[in-house]
Amino acid sequence: MRIACPHCGLRGVDEFAYFGDASVTRPAADAAETAFADYVYLRDNPAGAHRELWSHALGCQSWLVVTRDTRSHAIETVEAARDVALARTSEAQS
Amino acid sequence: MSTDRYSIFSVLRESLRGHSGWKPAWRDAEPKAAYDVVIVGGGGHGLATAHYLASRYGIRNVAVVEKGWIGGGNVGRNTTIVRSNYLLPGNIPFYEHSMKLWEGLEQDLNYNAMVSQRGVVNLFHSDGQRDAYARRGNAMRLHGVDAELLDVAELKRILPMLDFDNARFPIKGALRQKRGGTVRHDAVAWGYARAADGRGVDIIQNCEVTGFRIEDGRIRGVETTRGFIGAGKVGLACAGNSSRVAQMAGLRLPIESHVLQAFVSEGIKPFIDTVCTFGAGHFYISQSDKGGLVFGGDLDGYNSYAQRGSLPTVEDVCEGGMALMPSIGRVKMLRSWGGIMDMSMDGSPIIDTTPVDGLYLNAGWCYGGFKATPASGDCFAHLIARDAPHLVATAYRLDRFARGRTIDEKGVGAQPNLH
Ligand SMILES: Cc1cc2nc3c(=O)[nH]c(=O)nc-3n(C[C@H](O)[C@H](O)[C@H](O)COP(=O)(O)OP(=O)(O)OC[C@H]3O[C@@H](n4cnc5c(N)ncnc54)[C@H](O)[C@@H]3O)c2cc1C
Ligand SMILES: [Zn+2]
Repeated sequence: MRIACPHCGLRGVDEFAYFGDASVTRPAADAAETAFADYVYLRDNPAGAHRELWSHALGCQSWLVVTRDTRSHAIETVEAARDVALARTSEAQS
Repeated sequence: MSTDRYSIFSVLRESLRGHSGWKPAWRDAEPKAAYDVVIVGGGGHGLATAHYLASRYGIRNVAVVEKGWIGGGNVGRNTTIVRSNYLLPGNIPFYEHSMKLWEGLEQDLNYNAMVSQRGVVNLFHSDGQRDAYARRGNAMRLHGVDAELLDVAELKRILPMLDFDNARFPIKGALRQKRGGTVRHDAVAWGYARAADGRGVDIIQNCEVTGFRIEDGRIRGVETTRGFIGAGKVGLACAGNSSRVAQMAGLRLPIESHVLQAFVSEGIKPFIDTVCTFGAGHFYISQSDKGGLVFGGDLDGYNSYAQRGSLPTVEDVCEGGMALMPSIGRVKMLRSWGGIMDMSMDGSPIIDTTPVDGLYLNAGWCYGGFKATPASGDCFAHLIARDAPHLVATAYRLDRFARGRTIDEKGVGAQPNLH
């Protein structure tokens, strides 16, 4: 598998570190305890498109959100995690 | 009963008539309209559950439904290592129960599963690691499990091919469990299938469960590619696919699916007669009775439902092997393959009821579910038959994550890549 880093181009997967499901978000500080348990432990774990966090650890060290099919490893999109997070915040504010 | 009893006499009789009289070891059953219990997944755990339901808990109107063929999943893909060298209270009694069932398995099943108690040797390479293994060994002995700490002189006698004076990872000793070893993985699936079939269990292959019929919070049966099958109770034993199957019943699990690879070399003369694990990297090795070196290492490391692995992991595993025993460097690798495993968030399994009445869950077996097969089957059968957990499986609850009662052997917190 190779991942197209937006900054460095197409690089081998061994340059990247994996950090799991990118769709889970930390609940608000005053949310119920069960919301935190779900956040820490439960995963959709889909067979198909999966949005996931990678870091280009042995490259430019930027954080990425990769959308990949877990059945074929075909990669649909690679976005800078920063852009994804900013879009999420502005969505929440608008 | 579709099968004969296997014995030295049946082997002799058949050898005199050209092996023309053997019968199929189990029937290729057609699904009936309904069963008392339907087990989803014909891997080691599902088949063992059916066997113990019928043999120990008196429930014989049972079907095992398998989407492919039995033995096609992880039960036929693992590296066959069995051991009970655990540390934590929730785990030790369970895995020791499993070890004891392995020790009597062939007599119980009347099937040669090639149970080989050749020992499992975990190497350590530093003083800190020696302390950790001494602690683990002591915990095992306090629970009545065998464990011994080996020094370098003893190790040199049993594993002379190790690179003891490796500049970066010198070998300082090992923890050994002599009763650990290997068991022929396919034979475990076949042996349980044959024994369960002999007691009337239907084994239904090429039958994928595609949904559940749930009425008023109670399970009524399973929708399958071969039609609806009614069931009083349904047990899920779909290792690797647990999240997908449980999702059809509205459950979300503390599990990610990951691929683990295994490797076999060309056959060579007897080289290593125990199981050996490297303590400074992730690599473990044993030798099959055909002579192939069987070895493996780390997960590929990202969610996967593809039953194949990536090349960086192949390289990493082989580097581990070279650091441990450079003499295998010129042996050719014959085959490698991958299997999809449920990686639970604390590295320990789940055997529990679910919020749906009559639906039971057996999942989260990670790297180490093969050794658990007999105890998992016994405990899951106990739970299904009596609606109460088996004494050695009380810690494997689904709600332990939310309640802060995780069983984390490694002590590293929530992450889906633990043993
Ligand atoms: C490479 C590798 C090496 C390993 N080495 C070891 C080892 O040395 N020691 C050890 O203890 N453990 C080891 N393991 C782990 C062990 O193999 C598993 O934890 C264990 O086999 C899982 O239980 P099982 O046998 O029931 O799984 P499986 O054999 O995978 O059974 C699950 C079955 O469910 C079926 N299924 C899934 N979905 C459906 C559906 N919708 N309908 C019907 N059927 C369905 C699947 O087809 C499959 O046959 C290893 C695993 C791998 C991949
Ligand atoms: Zn980069």
